[in-house]
Amino acid sequence: MPLEKLYQFFSSLRLTVLLLVLGMVLVFLGTLAQVSLGLYRAQNEFFRSFFVYWGPPGASWRIPVFPGGYLLGALMLINLIAAHWRYFRADWRKSGIVLIHAGLVLLLLGQLATDLLSVESTLHLREGEAKNYSEVDRRVELAITEVTDPAYDQVVTIPQRVLERQGEVSVSQLPFTIRIRKFYPNAMVSARPADATEPAPADQGVGPQVVLTPLPHVTEMGKRDVPAAVVELVTPSGSLGRWLASEYISQPQRIATGGRVFTLAMRPQRLYKPWTIRLLDFRHDRYPGTDIPKNFSSRILLTDPRNGTEREVVIRMNSPLRYGGETYYQASYDPDDQGSVLQVVRNPSWLTPYIACSMITVGLLLQFTIHLFRFAGRIVRT
Amino acid sequence: MKTWFLRALPWALLAVFAADIVAILLPRPEGEFHLQAFGRLPVLANGRVQPFDSLGRNCLLQIRGTAAVPLEEKKSYEFWKHPPKLRATEWLLEVMTRPEVADARPIFLIHHPDLLEDLKLQGKGVEKSGLHYFAFNDLKPVLARIESEGRQAMSVESQARTAYQRQVAKLFNAVALYQRLKFTLQPEGTRDMTVELDELSKSVEPGLAALRARQAGREFDRAPLDRLVEFLRRYDTMAQLAYAWVVPPPSADAPREHWQNLGQVLFQAGMSGQAPPEPVRWLAEIASGYTLRDASRFNRAVHAYGEWLAAHAPAELRKGRAEFWYNQLQAFLHAMIIYLCAFLLASIAMLTVQAWPTGSESLRRSALYLAILALVVHTAGLAFRMWLERRPPVTNLYSSAVFVGWAVTLLGVGVERVYRMGLGVAASALVGFVTLLIAHNLALGGDTMEMMRAVLDNNFWLATHVITITLGYAAMFFAGFLGILYIGLGVFTSLLALKLHKEGEAPQPHPKPFGPDDIAAATLGKALAKMIYAVICFGTLFSFAGTVLGGIWADQSWGRFWGWDPKENGALMIVLWCAAILHARWGGLIRERGLANMAIFGNVITAFSWFGTNMLGIGLHSYGFMDAAFRWLLLFYATQLAVIGLGLLPLDKWRSFRKASVQQAGTGAYVAEPASGS
Repeated sequence: MPLEKLYQFFSSLRLTVLLLVLGMVLVFLGTLAQVSLGLYRAQNEFFRSFFVYWGPPGASWRIPVFPGGYLLGALMLINLIAAHWRYFRADWRKSGIVLIHAGLVLLLLGQLATDLLSVESTLHLREGEAKNYSEVDRRVELAITEVTDPAYDQVVTIPQRVLERQGEVSVSQLPFTIRIRKFYPNAMVSARPADATEPAPADQGVGPQVVLTPLPHVTEMGKRDVPAAVVELVTPSGSLGRWLASEYISQPQRIATGGRVFTLAMRPQRLYKPWTIRLLDFRHDRYPGTDIPKNFSSRILLTDPRNGTEREVVIRMNSPLRYGGETYYQASYDPDDQGSVLQVVRNPSWLTPYIACSMITVGLLLQFTIHLFRFAGRIVRT
Repeated sequence: MKTWFLRALPWALLAVFAADIVAILLPRPEGEFHLQAFGRLPVLANGRVQPFDSLGRNCLLQIRGTAAVPLEEKKSYEFWKHPPKLRATEWLLEVMTRPEVADARPIFLIHHPDLLEDLKLQGKGVEKSGLHYFAFNDLKPVLARIESEGRQAMSVESQARTAYQRQVAKLFNAVALYQRLKFTLQPEGTRDMTVELDELSKSVEPGLAALRARQAGREFDRAPLDRLVEFLRRYDTMAQLAYAWVVPPPSADAPREHWQNLGQVLFQAGMSGQAPPEPVRWLAEIASGYTLRDASRFNRAVHAYGEWLAAHAPAELRKGRAEFWYNQLQAFLHAMIIYLCAFLLASIAMLTVQAWPTGSESLRRSALYLAILALVVHTAGLAFRMWLERRPPVTNLYSSAVFVGWAVTLLGVGVERVYRMGLGVAASALVGFVTLLIAHNLALGGDTMEMMRAVLDNNFWLATHVITITLGYAAMFFAGFLGILYIGLGVFTSLLALKLHKEGEAPQPHPKPFGPDDIAAATLGKALAKMIYAVICFGTLFSFAGTVLGGIWADQSWGRFWGWDPKENGALMIVLWCAAILHARWGGLIRERGLANMAIFGNVITAFSWFGTNMLGIGLHSYGFMDAAFRWLLLFYATQLAVIGLGLLPLDKWRSFRKASVQQAGTGAYVAEPASGS
């Protein structure tokens, strides 16, 4: 019976041991890979994948060489559940073991949910500044803002994944269609030297005055890719030319057509919230006579017009603010100590590890207590 | 041999080693200059209050890599010769008050041949066992070169530096530290600090009067103003460069972080016209007394300043005294030596168990007593350190090494009480020795009680997450070294087949089922395997709990339970490996030998998690990057893999499992003492 064989295979302890060892090797390889790939990409390639791929440097093909985190995690889950199904006996003495493994299942599922659902962004505030949005570090968006009426801005944003497809976007609010001609995942934009010979990346806005240098992905910790895009704006009556967008271009570029005025800018993707956070004061204490940071803290004012909330909160290391399903952590600060960077995490499944770990702890305690009592019972019998 | 001798031997050895410890605790007589009294005085450096003695030691460690300066060179094999040494406190005093003498001491360690050539230092300095030490005077002509090369090397990220760059960066830092130390007690070029203070106080009033006149646009005398400005300029330099802050908060109720360096205080005094606070006078007297070689003046000032501190800064004075005592004790160094002796005795005891049972038992007892003595010394040092720092025991890599050694020997002594075979002592004393040796080398980097960075400044998490995870490391290493014992004894001796009791003697079931007389652990090999299994269970529990607590801490401070940080991954690898071992054992995939081999591989994984991840130089946890240590780690890996290779030999090649030896050992005369008896 092949089905029986399959069941036996998936419920066997041999598979458990194999998966645990493979898991360990994967974690080891993923850790080493962080040195060359950086934390973010190593995570994606090793842990948030079904297979780890490898190809010779420079080649376009890559073959799967090792199971990835998703595959191993899924197999572990199947193995765990199948083994318990196969060996389960209704016996209170085994309750600890069952609880430990149920906790493990929850932990694995919770981490999967975190992986899929959590969103991390940052909130950079200078002292006195207020914002009602945070920014996603690793994602950009192309913002086209209509500024015809100085009292009122209307913004259309095109997220990075749409830019990556290099297709065509048309929106009813805009009198032109946006053709994404080229998207660079990481590129440097610099002033055009007088003797430059290569063609300009774009013919409108700052395009003719700069050179664009595509770069490989950044791997260092604390640095990120800076994407760039070349877009062509097409009205029914003809093209408005090609424009270059990158975060290196600090001033929004102005586009005038048909009596309306727009600006075009690349910026980190924004996540708007119904509440506002104002930085009142940032403190950075050092130990006397040294540069060793003793603590940093941000005193902020949280205002939420929906329910009339207006409160002052101090966010410190190891003491975040939780509000509206988001958590705000003290992450970094400006070199002049006048500004603060808060990490914003929205993670609907943040409680699962707490529940899972409580289950496992209770399971372990139960298991040890049961052992102890059986053991003591044996001594009493003799 | 006489049995009374064998019975007395363990106690005699214990007494000898204990007497050595007591001898350190006895106060040493002061010399002409009361240097110990000076060494106890508090000073603020590296963000914390410490005695001058610690300041001297830590700076000398960073510059020379030793805690004292030998005054005569001896050959490195002549360890019985104790050449006269300049202790750290005395060296520090010289740097601070008699720089012309200090500049001639060979203290800067340079060994990279390219750097020696670059700085044109060949033929200069002092050579000892291939290491070259140079005096500041030797370096004076090339200071500019050291600075430019040093700055260039420092601009490269530390893990990307070449050996040359590392060396030049280290030299640059050492020279900078040395020069900053000179500005602690007096400005450059002062011969008598007390005289300088008097001159300052005489020139402040006329100088300020001239300044006021100039500001008001009146006629003023140029000379007194220039004099004052010259003083202020010197003090400003001093205030900028001073490494240690010597002037304590002015009164007992002032905020405790209000320390100042001498330059700041004198600058303020010169600007305001007010007399500097009292400690300045005593510190100046101390400096003058030492510069002018006037012992009675120096001693009077040291004691008078001590009295002032007792009234105005009693907590700092106590801290200085306590840490001075801790430095003198050198608890971990002594514990390390005793562990080594305990390990050797326990090893001999095991090897002679069949040939000479009574002698073996005496040696085993000696080893156990010494291990307990070392553990007491180790515990005392650990507790004292915790009290000094007001912190849980593990705060950095150094203290984690100390703690791992402590936990392992505690486990080992516990195991030895149940299985009286010398195994627990041998494995744990070896781990204790090695971890303290590692700690000793980590301490060469300088201050080991540095202040905690903001993110780590949390005693609750340091006490829970860090302790549990470190206990997990300790258990893994203990299991691993027991595994090495299993393979070593199995392959090279017949001891694993040794029956622990005569047929039918053990009561069944025995109230101490983990004891050697448990029927399931009928041979030494089986008993050893049980030990390994139990220790791995312990390690699994602690590694898992520690990892989870770490996740919760990360969730509290960074908003993610798990971030795939190298240190987190290292801990996860230990947990996965433990789980693999336990499931393989439960599934019958491995037996005793497999268990031992897997436990030894646990050493490899734990060493990666503990040290290897820090060497990757990435991630939030990379607080202690070490480069020379990398070679040692690789060497350790090679030895572990070699032992595993040995363990994979077919069992009939093992001396313990050959037919003949099994029979021979089985009928041997040795009968282990029942754990329940005597």
